[in-house]
Amino acid sequence: MITPFTPLFSLIGGALIGLSAVGLMAMLGRVAGMTGIARGVIPPWTDGEQGWRLAFLVGAIIAPVILLVGGWGPVGFSVPAPLWSLPLSGVLAGIGTTYGNGCPSGHGICGLARLSPRSLAAVVTFMATAAITVFLSRHVFGG
Amino acid sequence: MRTILAALVLGIVFGLGIAISGMIDPAKVINFFDVAGTWDPSLAFVMGGGLAVSLIGYRIVLARGKPLLAVAFSLPEAKAIDLSLLGGSALFGIGWGLSGFCPGGSIPALGIGRIEPFLFVGGMLLGMIIARTLRERSSDRRLGQAFARPNT
Repeated sequence: MITPFTPLFSLIGGALIGLSAVGLMAMLGRVAGMTGIARGVIPPWTDGEQGWRLAFLVGAIIAPVILLVGGWGPVGFSVPAPLWSLPLSGVLAGIGTTYGNGCPSGHGICGLARLSPRSLAAVVTFMATAAITVFLSRHVFGG
Repeated sequence: MRTILAALVLGIVFGLGIAISGMIDPAKVINFFDVAGTWDPSLAFVMGGGLAVSLIGYRIVLARGKPLLAVAFSLPEAKAIDLSLLGGSALFGIGWGLSGFCPGGSIPALGIGRIEPFLFVGGMLLGMIIARTLRERSSDRRLGQAFARPNT
């Protein structure tokens, strides 16, 4: 399935993600990694840091609602994978980001901004296995 | 209260960024990796825009000594590039490539009101619980062995 190349919107959206990360560091002193924030709201709650994490998650979820309700443009959305594979994909992502300590937002935007060699290694690794997975599923096994 | 409000606003900014950048759309994410097919290089521009802001912004913010609403910066301290980091990241990449969903993309996608993000996020939370349980067990075992072994 073809998706349009959107350099300007992607650049602006990316800058907003970066702004959110910088803001979270400036205000709360925290890394804006969606993995750590999501994992931090799973009970048992031990560190007393659930309030801001839940607020961040709620904000992230209502953002597309604001765009849709305000009519500020279509939010493109299509999933080129069968429904049954989504929980499996989620489990792999959940286990992987827990052992790997981060995802594209945590390692990619926050870790690389701190010039962390660990984050660079993580980003290179998950980009590589994602590319291999897409190649195999689309061009070798899929149609 | 100010902490909660700040986090809510920053969450909205994050979600707007994900939606506007197109990274809320799994098809767009997958197409970034499909160089041999329907390639869409947009994701590189998202990373570029995000990093340009965070590289400069972090420099300025971290030079200030402490955050506005907390006593200190909480920065990840781990330094080792080990099997856990690389194996975990490799596993995540496979999951990412299968669906096009990542944690940062899927959470805002919940707001679209379709079933697919819920299926992914449900699996992701389950995976996080599984990994956390396995990790705690193995660290308990290692601690146990360390105590059982005589100091030679």
